[in-house]
Amino acid sequence: MHAGRILVAKVGLDGHDRGIKVVARILRDAGYEVIYTGLFQTPETVAAAAVDEDVDAVGLSMLSGAHMTLAPLVVEAIRARGADIPVIVGGIVPDSDLDELAAAGVGTVLTPGATADEIVASVGRALAGAQ
Amino acid sequence: MATNRERWQEAFDSSKLRDTPYETMSGIPLDPVYGPDDGEFPGQYPYTRGPYASMYRSKLWTMRMFAGFGTADDTNWRFKEIIKSGGTGLSTAFDMPTLLGIDSDDPMALGEVGRCGVAVDTLADMADLYRDIDLGEITTSMTINSPAAVIFAMFVAQAEQAGIARERLGGTLQNDILKEYQAQKEFVFPPRQSMRLVRDTIAFTAAEMPRWHSISISGYHIREAGSTAAEELAFTLANGFAYVELAKEAGLAVDSFAPRLSFFFNAHIDFFEEIAKYRAARRIWARWLKERYGAENERSMQLRFHTQTAGVSLTAQQPEVNIVRTAIEALAGVLGGTQSLHTNSMDEALALPTEKAARIALRTQQVIAHETNVAHVADPLGGSDYVEALTDEMERRAEALFAELDEMGDGSMLEGAIRGIEENWFQGKIADSAFELERKLNKGERITVGVNGFTDGNDDDQLELLKITNEDEQRQRKRLDVVRQDRDSDAVAAALARVKTEAADPEVNLMPALIDAVKTYATLGEIMHALEDEFGRHVEVPTI
Repeated sequence: MHAGRILVAKVGLDGHDRGIKVVARILRDAGYEVIYTGLFQTPETVAAAAVDEDVDAVGLSMLSGAHMTLAPLVVEAIRARGADIPVIVGGIVPDSDLDELAAAGVGTVLTPGATADEIVASVGRALAGAQ
Repeated sequence: MATNRERWQEAFDSSKLRDTPYETMSGIPLDPVYGPDDGEFPGQYPYTRGPYASMYRSKLWTMRMFAGFGTADDTNWRFKEIIKSGGTGLSTAFDMPTLLGIDSDDPMALGEVGRCGVAVDTLADMADLYRDIDLGEITTSMTINSPAAVIFAMFVAQAEQAGIARERLGGTLQNDILKEYQAQKEFVFPPRQSMRLVRDTIAFTAAEMPRWHSISISGYHIREAGSTAAEELAFTLANGFAYVELAKEAGLAVDSFAPRLSFFFNAHIDFFEEIAKYRAARRIWARWLKERYGAENERSMQLRFHTQTAGVSLTAQQPEVNIVRTAIEALAGVLGGTQSLHTNSMDEALALPTEKAARIALRTQQVIAHETNVAHVADPLGGSDYVEALTDEMERRAEALFAELDEMGDGSMLEGAIRGIEENWFQGKIADSAFELERKLNKGERITVGVNGFTDGNDDDQLELLKITNEDEQRQRKRLDVVRQDRDSDAVAAALARVKTEAADPEVNLMPALIDAVKTYATLGEIMHALEDEFGRHVEVPTI
């Protein structure tokens, strides 16, 4: 029995995939089943994959500053499919953007320096909150 | 028989020197270099101690600050600030859509325009970017890879319109596509087709632009993506060998292009390992160019490099501490003999730098250059048992990785580089090393101040951050709209058709067709689509 299924994705044009690969391995080591979409995904392709794969959470890695545009679009695209899957954003997100992201439906944001333990714990909380 | 010292002295004596007292603060006179008479000296093969006999006594490193955000106008303003503050070279950061050859009004560009760099869609933007900056005087570096040939065509066309002859243009095109597949992941075309564009830029600059560096072979991004220092060293030089073989296969004599190849390394926080890395890099490059590739011109064997302090070493926690990290890393670059240097700003773990943060970063270089006296003596750590042993070990580790690549490519480093990408060999090693470092941090085997140690005060710092708004994106789209409406659409169509036809014939050099196309104000995205029709697209198999 695994801890949950998580889809991790890079949305938009940002190719920096160090963080997402490290996080994917951390989550896998913590017992999650992790699906990685690869680079250059659109909000639509991520939402479709999340619903098709019936995942428990979606993790977006965003370092290029496009999170305020793209993360809410992922949430909307998931909801438009009638699903309610928590979306977690990790990457370079200034504190001043957190309230707006929360209002757009992004509950959990992991910023640079989050330790492996913090990542696993906050994903656990996001999944518990969704149930 | 002259000793090494006598040969070095002769070369030193014929060098032009900067006029400054070469002594310590207490007045102790300093030699330009220290070491036994028959040891290796700077400017002597294999150049472990530096490419030039006089090193920084002739010329300090170029303080080349990387900048780019918003529209070309915004960045032009920042460039002028950098020059006013004493920056001695420019380095342009392009935004994500530009890096991927996508126009600002493409749906895929949504939310990304002007965020991580400047948006350049057409020749009109290129003209705004370098407006009132004399490109015949100041050297320019452009960080662009997949669409490098097209952006370079815009640069050449823009300089021509500003009345600057091609042979006067000095600078560097990053143009290192191999590391994109390995590490930075801003690729468009498949590797072999991309290498054809690289070949065309090498041949074009070798023929027409003697002051231009056609490729900056970049370890920086390999390291940022998570490699170790030894992997950064090995992969970067291996990519360099691949480009040498590419150009040789195209019929160019090694000494006709190798002097214009340059390198770009990371300066991470492990001070002595970094210095050893630069020393080993020079020695390996010299030996391979001479022994394997038959170079005869010393310039072909002398590895010259730009350095950037490590972005990944910066923390979002207690960001002012990043000034200290950057200073230590910059010092490693200087003691390692870098030819040019970018120092990161303290706020870069959070956003693009504010003007103030960027100025402090430049001042950091100026303190090292003008206050510390470290530039008085070449290779000051050469001869240290510790640094020499680390240098030898870095070289051994790199050679072991070269052997693997050489085997993968059946005796061709060019094939080895491409197969290594296709088989995820580089990508896998880099991801393993990134994860290993993360594991050490998590177990407390390594401490990062403010992250897993000394975290008091983490919540106290609120830096003012640079904000790129959606309005910048809108302005850029409008700008592109105007250009599209004002141009001659028949001329654009004809130029794009020629690009496509010539792309289909691998014997042709594409640069002239690209330069003609950008002059019609064909957009970056349009030209890239024309190329893609012939070249296809690269898709990476996602692996974790």
